Order: sequence, then structure tokens, then C-alpha cells
Amino acid sequence: MRRLAGVEDEEKWLAEGIAGIQHNAFFMHRALDANNLREVLKYSALMLSELRTSKLSPQKYYDLYMRAFDQLRQLEVFFKDESRHGLPVVDLYELVQHAGNILPRMYLLCTVGSVYMKSKQAPSKDVLKDLVEMCRGVQHPIRGLFLRSYLAQVSRDKLPEIGSEYEGDANTVMDAVEFVLQNFTEMNKLWVRIQHQGPGTVREKQEKERNELRDLVGKNLHVLGQIEGVDLEMYKETVLPRVLEQVVNCKDELAQYYLMECIIQVFPDEYHLQTLETLLAACTQLMPTVDTKIVLTQLMDRLSNYAASSPDVLHEFLQVEAFAKLSNAIGKVIETQIEMPIIGAMTLFVSLLTFTLRVHPDRLDYVDQILGACVVKLSSVPKLEDARAMKQVVALLSAPLEKYNDIVTALTLSNYPRVMDHLDDGTNKVMAMLIIQSIMKNNSCISTADKVEVLFELIKGLIKDLDGTDTEELDEEDFQEEQNSVARLIHMLDNEEPEEMLKIICVVRKHLMTGGTRRLPFTVPPLVFSALRLVRQLDSQGGDITGEEVSATPRKIFQILNQTIEVLSSVPCPELALRLYLQCAEAASDCDLEPAAYEFFTQAFILYEEEIADSKAQVTAIHLIIGTLQRINVFGVENRDTLTHKATGYSARLLKKPDQCRAVYACSHLFWVDDIDGIKDGERALLCLRRALRIANAAQEMANATRGSSGPVTLFVEILNKYIYFYEKGNPHITPSDLQSLIELINTEMQSDDNGNRRTHSDPFFTSTLRYIRFQKQKGGLIGDKYDLIKL
Amino acid sequence: MVLVLALGDLHVPHRAADLPPKFKSMLVPGKIQHIICTGNLCIKEIHDYLKTICPDLHIARGEFDEDARYPETKILTIGQFKLGLCHGHQVIPWGDLDSLAMLQRQLDVDILVTGHTHQFTAYKHEGGVVINPGSATGAYSSINQDVNPSFVLMDIDGLRVVVYVYELIDGEVKVDKIDFKKTSTSNSAP
Repeated sequence: MRRLAGVEDEEKWLAEGIAGIQHNAFFMHRALDANNLREVLKYSALMLSELRTSKLSPQKYYDLYMRAFDQLRQLEVFFKDESRHGLPVVDLYELVQHAGNILPRMYLLCTVGSVYMKSKQAPSKDVLKDLVEMCRGVQHPIRGLFLRSYLAQVSRDKLPEIGSEYEGDANTVMDAVEFVLQNFTEMNKLWVRIQHQGPGTVREKQEKERNELRDLVGKNLHVLGQIEGVDLEMYKETVLPRVLEQVVNCKDELAQYYLMECIIQVFPDEYHLQTLETLLAACTQLMPTVDTKIVLTQLMDRLSNYAASSPDVLHEFLQVEAFAKLSNAIGKVIETQIEMPIIGAMTLFVSLLTFTLRVHPDRLDYVDQILGACVVKLSSVPKLEDARAMKQVVALLSAPLEKYNDIVTALTLSNYPRVMDHLDDGTNKVMAMLIIQSIMKNNSCISTADKVEVLFELIKGLIKDLDGTDTEELDEEDFQEEQNSVARLIHMLDNEEPEEMLKIICVVRKHLMTGGTRRLPFTVPPLVFSALRLVRQLDSQGGDITGEEVSATPRKIFQILNQTIEVLSSVPCPELALRLYLQCAEAASDCDLEPAAYEFFTQAFILYEEEIADSKAQVTAIHLIIGTLQRINVFGVENRDTLTHKATGYSARLLKKPDQCRAVYACSHLFWVDDIDGIKDGERALLCLRRALRIANAAQEMANATRGSSGPVTLFVEILNKYIYFYEKGNPHITPSDLQSLIELINTEMQSDDNGNRRTHSDPFFTSTLRYIRFQKQKGGLIGDKYDLIKL
Repeated sequence: MVLVLALGDLHVPHRAADLPPKFKSMLVPGKIQHIICTGNLCIKEIHDYLKTICPDLHIARGEFDEDARYPETKILTIGQFKLGLCHGHQVIPWGDLDSLAMLQRQLDVDILVTGHTHQFTAYKHEGGVVINPGSATGAYSSINQDVNPSFVLMDIDGLRVVVYVYELIDGEVKVDKIDFKKTSTSNSAP
């Protein structure tokens, strides 16, 4: 039973190996000092024999190798100096081949070879060829790899590159390339031979070993990338084909993956562009287990960065038809690797899209094509469940949004909504929010009904309940955030042309109506105000263009508004609806549309009567009604009377007396509008004030009865202020004595109770009111005269 | 020197998508000591946003505000000044300065800040000053046909307040200022 080597064993062997090297190196140095060639060779060979071990893992072997390497450097110095050993280098080259074992023999030969090449007594290409072939004698993977690595190291500065001293008629760049290619090929073969065999733990170990060795192989590619004189031509005709040949033929998954990556990293991007077809073809020939998509993604990312580096390079991309080739290759890979999980395909599409947006931002058809391919792939699975894949799809959809700050561009991509259809509901909403955020961030304006239609299709996950979702599940805050985003979005839809704007409003309305009662309170208000803005625009633009059949008229829009606000009754939210009706009423009045304005008021009153029961809500509502009605001047006498009568009636019937009082005196303003041709019915205004006074008195009596003390005099002071208001405006029915008696009344009320609190509460108000009267008295002129009549 | 930001009637998201970008870049956190808001934000997001500009935030209830708990009126003292805050839909006729003066007397404040009309005003009358910062977003108003986004910054220094009004007109921010001085023998005195 073979025991697997434990770490302790390896440590021991390494220690033994190091000891061996040190031991023999000691004697080698003694021989070097004595210039004793024979002894030098003997002990160096013994030293190098330590490298013949097969017990060490690559990491440990490397340690041993480096120690030998250091010694060999000193040996080389010795070999170079003929005066020390007496042999011409040619003979030395012959002599070292007599070493007993092949590995020490080869190390010595490479060392001498280095000296030989430096001496220029033979063309370096010949020496290199000799060495690279003789290394074949060592077929053990680890030993062979390190040996060839040594060869690569010592030969590096002797390659006949362009501009090097070794260049000549007999030595060309081609020879250098040949040498490196051959070394590379042999090294790869050795490397691949460390196969995954045996039980799990053994295989794991071997894979680890292989990874530790890979840079030895990859180094050759780096060298190829650095050799002076390897131009595009040579790369295309010789270097790449030979390398790819080895990559494909070795049929080793690890090697293929690593080497493809290496090729992409090492060689310049322009070369990749020009050899794109070859590279991509190789990708399709790799072993099925190789993660080609990562390779392709890396390639595309590099090319994307290259494209971004300078605008001048873009034409190269066009020239080689980069997009077509890449997109075909990707298509093929996805097709052949049917087991590829969705995330893999999506990652590829994202890379390709990034590439396209950098290189061909104006080619929306390319972008759409990619999205189309994505749709096809997504359609092949019943349901997309992988969260990471989902994230990639979101990235895919977000990229065009970020690139084209104008959402409108993204809206023209026909496959965009189709991709969104494949997202699960949650992600669909996330994407919809991203779209809205993009619009808000860029302050985009969507200005045609068609585009609005497409947009609302895209964000339908926010607009309505998609099949299978239940809005009850959603967190309340999140839901509100969503709906508020939709609301804000509505204000980004705009067109100066009224006809088109009306179309937009109708499209939006159509979609919002599918939203259900939970959404309407959020989405209806912005729609209403958007429409009111249009009405105002139409009204200010003036009359109809003669003869033309226009559908965008205020009247038509008010009809739509009426139907829209009506829908809120299904929620129900009467307070909101009331406010919206009142807004519409005032707008209709501005357009001189009496019937529409009356209708809106009717609706508002109905809501008040039937739906608004909360007393606080009633108070606010009635003030809104009074405030709006006060401003409206479109009504004829009858209509106006009906409405003001109703308003005053409601005011008097509020629950709490103080509220009644205030609402009633507010109604006084319904009969007096301070415009040039405003109504100025002084009598009815005064009637309201008197009524308010009666209510205030009643309130005071009630307070006496129930609490044993009078309430505050605030109400009286408020009414006094109103009397002053109308007096000053010139209401003929209000006399100075009215004011005086009211002032007396207040004084009385204040003194009638010696509860100190009440005094301080209303004092400032009354005091400042009196102060105002005094101030007006001092004004002089008509005002002064008026106020003079009031005796304080 | 105490800086007080007065603004309101944003009506987000009912009538506007957001504050104008030019305003947003001006409203930097940490520079302002108090915010007085006339109401109609209307949503919590705006409340939170204002809070980031200044934590001392006072809001009066507007008729479209989502949060019904804001008070109808609010009184606060800043330096030598007593300020009153009310949205204004409660004072009829809307925008009528005499009626607003009455409210000012009732609240017994030096400066009354009120909104609802979406129209900037700064008006001095016998009882004090009435300031309407307008609509910070330029939102639609049934009362005012031509609304420009605006807000007010008050610099309160001793007995003096300088009122800066910022208005966005045709894409440019225009600033105007008005000085008010309080006489020491003012309203609040038994």
C-alpha cells in the first residue's frame, strides 16, 4: 500500500536535497579556485544530480532549483574565462556532453551554450536549436519543465531580436521566434502530461501542482510578446497560429483555459482585433469543459477598454467587423454549450453589450440584436430563478439607460420590453424603478404618446398587479415609494403641442385606471394637475383655430377630469376627491365654463354631505369650499345663490360652536368680493356676521352652563375684526356704533369673570385690534375720518 | 446672525416632480439654523429631505399634506422675533392681506409666514410683517396663474431681519432683498 507523501516527508527530502547541493557546491568551489576543470565538472555534475529527484512537489522543487541556479551562475563565469580552464568554448561544449546522466548533462550544456553564444563563434540560432532539441531527452514533466525554463532564462538576452547584437544574416527574428515557439510547445506537452488521475485527493494535489507550474509555460508567451521585431504580420502568420495549434491540439482543459487567457493578456489589443477571427475560431474548438465564456468576456473587456482609450482606434473595429464576429462567436458558444447555465449566457451578453456601447454607441440595431438574442435564450427556460442571472439581466437592461442618458433612446429598442417580460415580478419592479430614477436624474422629458405607451408597458409592474402578485405582501413604505415615483414620473411627460399632450394624458389615464384602489390615491392627483396645466395653457392661448377639428379643448378635458376623479369613489378617498373637484371648479370658472364649474361644485358638495363625517375634516373641507366659491365669478345669480346658501347652511351645522362661528363669518366674504366688478352685497355679508355673533353668544352661554365660567373672548374679537374689515371696505350697513357696541360687549365679557387666566389669553388680540383702530385714526384722509367716528 | 429658511407649497408629487436642481444645489446642509415650512410638502420623502438640510424643522398643515398631524398654526421665537406659521387655506379670502393681518394680531407675532397662494409677498402692515415664500417648486395653483419657483431666506440679527427672496425665472435664479426693523415697543407686552 503506497502511502502518499506527507508534508513532513517532503520537508525531509528537500532538506536532504539542499544539503546535497551545498555539499557538492563546496567542493565545486574548491575546484573553481584551483581552476581544476575536471574536478569542477565532476562536482557540478554531482550537485546537479540532486535535481534528478522525483519526490518533490513543484514548490519544493523550485526551491532546490534556485539553489542550483545560483551555483550555475558562478560556473558560467568560470566557463567564460578560457584562461582559467584552458579549453576553447567549442571543446568545452563537447566535453560537458560526457556527463553521465542526462539532466546534469543538459544543465551543463545549457550553461556552456550560453557562453558559446556570447562568444559569437557560432550563430546563436544553431546553438539554440541544438539545445532546445536535446532537452527532449528529459521527459519527466517537472524536471523537464524546470530544465527548459533554465534554458529560456539563459537564452533570453541572446535571442537574435531586431536591434540586438546577435542579429545578422544568419540570425533573424524568425529564428528567435522559432526557438521560443519550440520551447513553448515542448513545455506545454510536458505540462499537460501531469494528468488528473486517481482518487479525489490525488487529483486535487495534481491540479494544484499543475497550477503552480503554469507560469513556467506562460513565460514563453510573455517572451514572444516582448521580442523586438515581432510585428503584426509575423504574429498573424507565425506566432498565433503555432501557439493556437498547440493550445487546441493538447486537448487539455487546464492548459487551454490558462493559455487563452495568457494570449489575451500578453499580446497587444490591436493584434487581437486584427486576428479576431482566428482567435474566435480557436475558442470554438476548445474542450467543452473549458469556460469559454470567461475567455470571451476577457477578450471583449480588453477590446472595450481599447476602444475607450482613444477615439482614433474605433475605425479599426469597423474595418475588421468586430461586432459581427464577436456576436457570431458568442452565438455559437451558447448554441453548442447547451448545458451552459443562464448566468453564463447573460454574462456573455453583458460583456458584448458593454463592448457595443463603447465601440458602436450609435448602432442601436446592434444593441437591439443583443437584447433579441437574450430574449431567445431566456425563452428557452420556463422560468428564470437564478438570482445572479437575474442581476446580470438587470445589468444588461441598465447599461443602455446609463449610456444613453435620454431614456427615449432606450425606449426605441424593440427587444427591451421583451427582456423585461422574462424578469420575475420583484426584479421587474426593481428595473422599473431604475428606469424612473434614470429619467428623474437626467431630467428627461418624454414627449409623445407612443413613447409614453412603451414606457408604461415597461413599468407595468409598478402600475398594476401583475399576475401572481399580491400587493398585500408588499411592505407599506416600499409600496408608497413606488407609487410616489410613478406620480413624479407623470410630471416628466410633457409636450407643448396641446393635441399631443392630451393624447399623452389619455394614455397615462388608461394605464393608471388598471392600478386598483390601492394605487389610485397616489396616481390620480398628478394626472389631474397635469390636465389642469394643459387647460390653463389652452385657455391662455386663446380661442379655437377656426375650422379645425380639435379634440384638445378645456371642455373635453374637464369631462375626462370628471370621469377620472369619480373613480376615486371606489377607493374611497372623499377628502382628496373633494379637493380635486374644487381645483377643477376654479379652473372651469377661469375658462368661463359655468356648467362644468357647477357640476364640479355639485360633486364636491355631495361628497361633503355624504362621505365626510369626521368633524375636523369637515371644518377644513368647508373652508376649502368657501374659499373656492368666494373666488369664482362665473356663476349666474341663481347658481351662485344655491351654492352660497348651501355653504352657509353647512357652516352653521358644524358640530362645535366655535367652528360654526368661524365658518359662518368666513361665509360673509361670499357676499363681498373686493374686485372691481365683484359682488358687494353688504346686507347679506352683515347677516353672516350677525349670525356668527349669535353663535358666539350661544357658545359663551354654553360654557357658562357646562363649566361654570365663560369661554375665551377670542371669537368676539375675531368677529370684531371682520366688522372692521367690512367697515373699512365701505359696507354701508355697518355703522360705527355697531363697532362700538361690539367693543363694549368684549370689555364686558372680559370683566365678567375674575378668572385671571382668561384675561391674559385674549388680551393681546383685543389690544392689538384696538391699537389697529387707533393707528387707522391717525392716518388721516378718508380712512382717518372713517375711524374717527369710532369712539373708544 | 441666524438664518431661517422659509418655503412651502412644494406639492410633491401631486403637482411637481421635485425641487428645481438649481435650488437643490443651493440648499446645503449645515448652513441654516431653522426651517419654516408653510405646508403642502406633501410626502414624507420631502419631510426627510428638509430634515437633512436642517434638523430644526417646523411645518404647518397644508390641505394636501399626507401627514395629518402637522398643526394648523405654529408659533416660535427666534432671537428677538416671534414668528407665526400657518398654511393659509384657513384664512378667507385667500391671500387677502387684511385678513392675514387679523391672523397676525390673533397669533401675536412679529412675522407671519404663510403660503397657499404660490405667490411671493413680503408685506409690512401696522401689526408686523407677512411673508409668503411662494411655491418652492413652482407648482400649479388655481389662485396664481403665473408661478415661478421661489423660497425665502431670513437673516435675523438683533432687531433687524433681512428677507432674501430667491426666484427661478426663465432658468436663472434671481435674488431680491427687503429689510425690516422691529421697534422695541412692539406688540408683545402687557
